[in-house]
Amino acid sequence: MTQQFYVSPEQLMKDRADFARKGIARGRSVVVISCRDGIALVAENPSPSLHKIGEIYDKIAFAAVGKYNEFESLRQAGVRYADVRGYSYDREDVTARGLASVYAQSLGAVFTAEQKPFEVELAVAEVGAGPETDHLYRLTFDGSIADEQGFIVMGGQADKVSEAVAAGWRGELDFTGAVRLALAGLVADKEAGALPASAVEVAVLDRGSESSRGTRRAFRRLDDADVVALLAEEN
Amino acid sequence: MQETSASQVAANATSSFTEHLQRSRPELLPYNALHNGMPNGMTAGSAAVPVQVPHATTIVAMTYAGGVLMAGDRRATMGNVIASRHIEKVFPADHYSVLGIAGTAGIALDITRLFQVELEHYEKIEGTQLSLDGKANRLGAMIRGNLPMAMQGLAVIPLFAGFDRPTGVGRLFSYDITGGRYEEQEHHTVGSGSMFARGALKKLWRPNLSEDEAVRVAVEALYDAADDDSATGGPDPVRQLWPVVYAVSRSGAVRIPERQLAAVAGTIIESRAVAQREA
Repeated sequence: MTQQFYVSPEQLMKDRADFARKGIARGRSVVVISCRDGIALVAENPSPSLHKIGEIYDKIAFAAVGKYNEFESLRQAGVRYADVRGYSYDREDVTARGLASVYAQSLGAVFTAEQKPFEVELAVAEVGAGPETDHLYRLTFDGSIADEQGFIVMGGQADKVSEAVAAGWRGELDFTGAVRLALAGLVADKEAGALPASAVEVAVLDRGSESSRGTRRAFRRLDDADVVALLAEEN
Repeated sequence: MQETSASQVAANATSSFTEHLQRSRPELLPYNALHNGMPNGMTAGSAAVPVQVPHATTIVAMTYAGGVLMAGDRRATMGNVIASRHIEKVFPADHYSVLGIAGTAGIALDITRLFQVELEHYEKIEGTQLSLDGKANRLGAMIRGNLPMAMQGLAVIPLFAGFDRPTGVGRLFSYDITGGRYEEQEHHTVGSGSMFARGALKKLWRPNLSEDEAVRVAVEALYDAADDDSATGGPDPVRQLWPVVYAVSRSGAVRIPERQLAAVAGTIIESRAVAQREA
């Protein structure tokens, strides 16, 4: 029988955290910005079908960085949680806070109990009636949860991107301004001057979806043509 | 070991909300809950005395030039009593389809809600909409699930209509209590007043109606159903209650505004009064 070496719990947790951090930093960044028109979610993602951003419920969206299979299973679990809750209680009773706390618990359980932690970082965004009632939650691989104000930057060279976004962020931005700011942030860690529309994935949570589109589902994915049209708009 | 866990993941992957509920929360399904909770003495044989619960009545649907249109009256009955004058029985199922319900109102409303979540859930999980035939089949499976309750006298009969985007036409589907799905041509009706409404539609409907004409035909067919079927409610100018009408076209499902329905119903009542005919 082989002898099991003693590893202190501190060391074990540190190793796991380092492992997860490395995996997350390898990917590309995602930016979530709360603004006047709603919440804009922008990811650097060349694939048109493997999404990093998804709809969870009427007012709630999901964005993730890291390993696709891991965050995709979390996204599907989130959709199931929200739909069961909305079906058994009422649609109003599905909140980002409830969903984020379920995510925090599952990430925490995986971090301590499983062979390896999830190499993912998540953002759960809920659009409210006004910018002050928007909610942005950041969830990290160990199950920590943070309530953020204004914007979230995750993955890749998050520090550099975050600096660029923080410099330009204002509460009164519209969607055009918010997407421009996000794209400017995403190129902050590169030599390239700008990202083409085909290299990014953009979605919005529309604050006025009931009045403008007649639906309570605020989530709207923008295709490449929509992004080009949005950026062509004058300020 | 690897293989079993991989096949387990594949087996557990479902895009269907109903399947998910069946596995993890079966008590939330509209049909399972009551069926399991039935008193022991109550079997199919005792259905001779029908349970007194609200029943939803007449739904009419028809194709028109731009798609398909569905209308339902506003009455629910419980035996000889009017249970509700305000009930709505036609609902948007998703952006491109609508369904109307006849039969036991309580179960039908829950099946409608389940069906709406089912379609939205698939769309969110898969990132794409179900085909119209796929939607119609899912609804059939839900009605089949309700078969034990239907045998006890609590049947639900839906009518499903949607715009088929690949072919660019509106299509209609009717169902029986076993979940059998039948595609209907031109127009169809369900519910207690359906015979009379269908008679009216045979005379009023013609190919390539415009949307406005189709709204008028639908309201008039319901008027005729209400004339001869006591369980169907006609337009009610006293309470300002009009049928619920949805039109589904390439641009999606739209509810016809009350103002337009009031005008259409007013014209029909007026023309019948002017004609001074008994039948």
